[in-house]
Amino acid sequence: MSTVVGVVVFPGTNCEMDAVEAVDRLGGEGRLLWHGDEDLGGVDAVIVPGGFAHGDYLRPGAIARFSPVMAGVAAFAAGGGPVLGICNGFQILTEAGLLPGALQKNSGLKFLCQPTTVRVETSNSVLTSRATVGVELSIPINHFEGNYTCDGETLARLIDGDRIVLRYTDNPNGSIDDIAGVCNEARNVVGLMPHPERACSELLGSADGAVLLGSLLDSGPVVVGLQDRR
Amino acid sequence: MKFTVLVDVRLRGGIADPAGATIERALPALGYDGVSGVGVGKTVRFTIEAVDLASARSQVDDLCSSFLTNPVIEDAVVTVTEDDGAG
Repeated sequence: MSTVVGVVVFPGTNCEMDAVEAVDRLGGEGRLLWHGDEDLGGVDAVIVPGGFAHGDYLRPGAIARFSPVMAGVAAFAAGGGPVLGICNGFQILTEAGLLPGALQKNSGLKFLCQPTTVRVETSNSVLTSRATVGVELSIPINHFEGNYTCDGETLARLIDGDRIVLRYTDNPNGSIDDIAGVCNEARNVVGLMPHPERACSELLGSADGAVLLGSLLDSGPVVVGLQDRR
Repeated sequence: MKFTVLVDVRLRGGIADPAGATIERALPALGYDGVSGVGVGKTVRFTIEAVDLASARSQVDDLCSSFLTNPVIEDAVVTVTEDDGAG
């Protein structure tokens, strides 16, 4: 049975089909979830994809966090369900309080759309269970507000808890401690600015994202077996 | 009672402000050499119904911390004034 991954669509989301395509190619089943529905329909994992949810008005993710689907995502995450936020999805998860910190504007004043190299810092997360610590992956970024920041106490907690999932090898945006992705304390919610769904085929220049999304697919059925499905 | 609210959202110290930095860098070319500390934020204006000024103020503070600002990167300076009924 393949892992069903719900891909949340807000008005202004624009990476949902890339995510569905990547999940399908990896042997899962991508299924779109409309932001107005709180019910996740029994999916095994959730991706909050990239784009400009609700136009990014006020701040990226500020309005999206109040969409009905986010109550469902929060409950799913609280029950141990794997949740991945990519780019705008990462911003939404921080605004929703499912991940710590915030994404500020890139320090170099520019919108960045380029390949980056990220290093896997832990294999203990729903995004990196298939990956080896220390391995470097080529994954593209595409953002203006990807400069991860948090207070010193939060950063210490992330480091001590082995919750920095990915770091840039050549920090493109000024993120504190080169952070490209973090996870929550339970390790089932991960957010990252790079786009693994755009790096799942050599035709696109890199297939390195497959190990990350493949990990998410692995995490789905296992976690679902241990908790109540919504 | 009706109150007019002005919320001035500012980036906290140390948070990247590319718009402010870009404006500041452009100013010398226009002959303004003495300008520094340029910051770009946003203003949110609205009216609110409340029984008194303190209640209006308290609601706006809640609204700011839960929605209008992200406390990790932003602060807000709030001005609440009672409508004079003329407008």
